[in-house]
Amino acid sequence: MVNYQDRLDRTFAALTDPTRRAILARLEHSDGASISQLAEPFEIKLPAVMKHLDVLESAGLINRKKSGRTVTVRLRAQPMREAMAWLHRYERFWSASLDRLTLLAESAEKATRRTER
Amino acid sequence: MTSLTLVRRIRARPQIVFDAMTTAEGIARWWGPDAGPVLISESDPRVGGRYRVRFRRQAGSEHECSGEFLKVVKPEHVIMSWRWKGGEEDPAESRVEIRLRAIPEGTEVTFTHAQLDNEASRQSHEEGWTGALNKLEALFATGVSGQ
Repeated sequence: MVNYQDRLDRTFAALTDPTRRAILARLEHSDGASISQLAEPFEIKLPAVMKHLDVLESAGLINRKKSGRTVTVRLRAQPMREAMAWLHRYERFWSASLDRLTLLAESAEKATRRTER
Repeated sequence: MTSLTLVRRIRARPQIVFDAMTTAEGIARWWGPDAGPVLISESDPRVGGRYRVRFRRQAGSEHECSGEFLKVVKPEHVIMSWRWKGGEEDPAESRVEIRLRAIPEGTEVTFTHAQLDNEASRQSHEEGWTGALNKLEALFATGVSGQ
């Protein structure tokens, strides 16, 4: 199993490079792209683009699928999406709960002060 | 893997906030995602003690969660495990940590709910995925606007 910390480190390392961020941004708005399409906007050679894709793939941010002579690169958003869904659900749950807790504790505080007088 | 942290400032002393958060009577009055009622509230807030909360959402569905108190330091620190009954909403065990700090106007509550994938993720849950995800979203946003 890949260690959580390693995974986080790899994600951040992958995101520190502007070319890799641009590749991800490009993939976010397309249903996959070929390597030459991805290389097109950059003034770098294909092997350099391949290296960037290696880094992104090992961080789990993209996957590559070969069909015939074309390699299609896709954003792998599922792990991110799952994490986001979890966060949003519990944020709603606990925000509402803590709002009520605040009202309860503050009225208990007032009641306690009255009896302390 | 994922963790959520909420900070609240409450105009009440830590002891009052602590009791409201950990006693069965307190929990019955605030726990849940909406104004639906708490149906069962049991709590034994000491290390090794358990809690169980069953509530009904306004939409009508009932849900139950329970767990064990892993750390209890009155009135400043509580850690408890968390699991949904039946596991239908989220099968994994997670962890809730509450820190209370006295401030001039009352209490600052730092509330963390962390998903547990494995021991390594539990130990580093403070760093959480929230930051990573926010950062990624921000990067996507700048990448897109820069096109």
